[in-house]
Amino acid sequence: MRNSWETVIGLEIHAQLATRSKIFSGSSTAFGAAPNTQASAVDLGLPGVLPVLNGEVVRMAVKFGLATGAQIAERSVFARKNYFYPDLPKGYQISQYELPVVGHGSVTIATEEGSTRRIGLTRAHLEEDAGKSLHEDFEGLSGIDLNRAGTPLLEIVSEPDMRSAAEAVAYARKILSLVRYLEICDGNLQEGSFRCDANVSVRRRGDEELGTRAELKNINSFRFLEKAINFEIDRQIEVLESGGEVVQETRLYDAERNETRPMRSKEEANDYRYFPDPDLLPVVIDEDYIAAVRATLPELPDQKRQRFVDDFGLSDYDADLLTADRDTADYFERTARAANAEYKLSANWILGELSAHLNAGDLTISASPVPAESLGAMLNRILDRTISGKIAKEVFEAMWNGEGDADAIIEQRGLQQITDSGAIEQVVDEIIVANPQQAEQFRAGKEKILGFFVGQVMKATQGKANPAQVNDILRRRLQDPDS
Amino acid sequence: MSVLDKSIVELGAALAGGEVTSRELTEAALQRIADARTLNCFVTVCGEQALAQADAADARIRNGGGGPLTGIPLAHKDLFCTDGVKTSCGSRMLDNFIAPYDATVVARLKQAGCVMVGKTNMDEFAMGSSNENSYYGPVSNPWDVGKVPGGSSGGSAAAVAARLVPVATGTDTGGSIRQPAALCGITGLKPTYGRVSRYGMVAFASSLDQAGPLAKSAHECALLLGAMAGHDALDSTSLDLAVPDYVSALHDDISGLKIGLPREYFGGGLDSDVAAAVHAAVDVLVGLGAQVKEITLPRQDLSIPAYYVVAPAECSSNLSRFDGVRYGYRCANPVDLEDLYKRSRGEGFGAEVKRRIMVGTYVLSAGYYDAYYLKAQKMRQLICEDFQQAFAEVDVIAGPTSPSVAFARGERTDDPISMYLSDIYTNAANLAGLPGISVPCGFVNRLPVGLQIIGNHFTEQRILNVAHRYQLASDWHDARPPAAEAP
Repeated sequence: MRNSWETVIGLEIHAQLATRSKIFSGSSTAFGAAPNTQASAVDLGLPGVLPVLNGEVVRMAVKFGLATGAQIAERSVFARKNYFYPDLPKGYQISQYELPVVGHGSVTIATEEGSTRRIGLTRAHLEEDAGKSLHEDFEGLSGIDLNRAGTPLLEIVSEPDMRSAAEAVAYARKILSLVRYLEICDGNLQEGSFRCDANVSVRRRGDEELGTRAELKNINSFRFLEKAINFEIDRQIEVLESGGEVVQETRLYDAERNETRPMRSKEEANDYRYFPDPDLLPVVIDEDYIAAVRATLPELPDQKRQRFVDDFGLSDYDADLLTADRDTADYFERTARAANAEYKLSANWILGELSAHLNAGDLTISASPVPAESLGAMLNRILDRTISGKIAKEVFEAMWNGEGDADAIIEQRGLQQITDSGAIEQVVDEIIVANPQQAEQFRAGKEKILGFFVGQVMKATQGKANPAQVNDILRRRLQDPDS
Repeated sequence: MSVLDKSIVELGAALAGGEVTSRELTEAALQRIADARTLNCFVTVCGEQALAQADAADARIRNGGGGPLTGIPLAHKDLFCTDGVKTSCGSRMLDNFIAPYDATVVARLKQAGCVMVGKTNMDEFAMGSSNENSYYGPVSNPWDVGKVPGGSSGGSAAAVAARLVPVATGTDTGGSIRQPAALCGITGLKPTYGRVSRYGMVAFASSLDQAGPLAKSAHECALLLGAMAGHDALDSTSLDLAVPDYVSALHDDISGLKIGLPREYFGGGLDSDVAAAVHAAVDVLVGLGAQVKEITLPRQDLSIPAYYVVAPAECSSNLSRFDGVRYGYRCANPVDLEDLYKRSRGEGFGAEVKRRIMVGTYVLSAGYYDAYYLKAQKMRQLICEDFQQAFAEVDVIAGPTSPSVAFARGERTDDPISMYLSDIYTNAANLAGLPGISVPCGFVNRLPVGLQIIGNHFTEQRILNVAHRYQLASDWHDARPPAAEAP
């Protein structure tokens, strides 16, 4: 049934800009302070106060625009979006409407089928956040916390270019990766510093015209983004197939029930009466300013990914994972540098053992107890055959638990690999003598029995014998004990 | 004659010379305010605080640290925020509002050593031309207590005219300094938009509002403006432009000055006696060497309609913050949020404010924005162009400040349009951001007439100079209203 329908999705992402102070006042933007302790006269909307633009937010918006190949407006204008809400102190939100600072741009995402797709960006504009209404703990009343009021946001609006929930998530991840690379947003979904609203509609395959859309709000993780969109697609198809019509409305996602439901229509029946804010001058950006910002752009995820593939010989898949965020990419490069430029080995360890440990401990890579240089040093011990890959896992575990660097742990625990052929030969000979029946089977052509001998040798050496050498020596001595 | 009849130029010299103390001046002002209570010029009188400030000013003068304004008592229009003193904006909405900060104008004048004796009555949120729209009741015109003082800075104008304070501050969005100055027979200056910081001035129409001085003479206005003007980092629309020495420019010769008389300012609707007084004043300027040229401001008739779209639009948004949630009036026992909004605003605002909020909301609404707001902005542009063409030919523009002298209380309250027409000659300067001054130039039926002089952007020194030269050659500004006598 779903096959005869095509889904069309556009996202509106609100990225909180990582400035120290608010967009129009000098108050701090730090998260988690006691209610209303970070709200100045301007944030409270006291009579007589005026907004003064924080230049840093413009710089950050321009950075984003340049990173997405977008037009930077020579002149952009702040407008007032008028509506009443208790956590909106002035009765209007200062936003950008007709003339946003960032115009048309695009990003490229990888699709499930393994190809790439270009997703258009309609615009990105600056605005201030509202405060928060707290409905618990006030015995029938509501509390207002204006700490967040005036926090700078960059609203990033995509074209309706996505065709599945998975694409929408890939796009959101891409934008998240980008704003983190640019260091303009900390991208913390739980704290609300990166929020996604999705415009979802469906149409019969082949139709030119877009279907009526619903706007989904209240989505605070990528997992929920996917679920909310998929729920909504099914709901809309069901409505249409049973002869109904989709209503243009805002719907809230309820993660507990995994459903979307309409917001009260009263709350969205707003005419915002936008007009240019007479308290603020137009923002004028010239070529010199743009050039100066461009000079500060870091290597972007797409460029880095390509470099990892071209220069380091990594697979597309590995390069993608390693460049998803800048900290991981940096960690990878530092590890490989310390590990004699063994990129593939470094990638395997970071995406395998390290990732597993980070996930289990719910840690970001920058909080890893094993620094990149230490991991690199350990990988060197694999490369110079001091330890085997298997033993390395034990060493890594000890490093993770803070027992010191790789060399100290190897030394302390006596984990050096036995690479002395004489010593291995001695063990091998003893085992062959002790197991004459199995030795006979091998000589009779039962190759498989070799594994038994390897196991015995490893057991006798507590895993420290070099596996390749053990194999070699076993074969030789089994064929010809005198060789 | 009282000490408050003197200009602040004379008072400054007397204070510096030790002939009078700030405490004496302040006590005299407080006494006059108490005696003239029936004029209803003040919403708040701050006696104790004023005396403490006066004593501090006296100490500063004794220590040789005073400036030309140190120790001068003044009053602020009650829409400048004053730290710790009620700022009502003439509204029930803010009857309980005490700002935790000083407006930049207040802070600068405090810094200069001025003593704030109180906050003056005004039309609610500066919306009105007669001071009848105040929650605290109307203000009487000191020349005839049955007449209005003009508005919205009516309390400030009447207080200066009645010699309650030597000078006061006001704000002018469509004529709110110049028109009451004219109707009360004093001098009032609206500076260029961006000349004086708007920070801490409760906003009516942000793109039109400007603060300025009201005094008996241009010389005093020059002194006061010098302390008020200048860039303020807290107001993005205040220009970063050096403040000239307004006082030293006062005495410049005006011979050769080209004065434009716009045909449109002397047409129908202008009281013929007012016209005669204005022409007589222009003749005085000609006698001082000025040249007169008739000019035209062809789109002048657009200014009232443009103004009454732009100003309400901005006011409807600016006044949204008065919602009963954080400060100000809150209705009793709201049943839910919508009830809280509706009744707090319905009960907190007066009729004229509500009228303008509704008009403003309408003109910004989807489907009407282009037809009204956008069109008004285009008209505004045309009005600006008219002025710029005029200033290519003349140095200043002169005409009446208001089409008539003070009218009777209650006369126009039922007819908003006739009230709005009271500002027909002043609105345009606000739309174009130009400075304008009103100076007394005669009487009609024993009520004062104002001459308006409009200059190009940032030429306050020029219009002050013209006004001062006129006042050196005339004495209308020295005339004392009946209410200036001790009761």
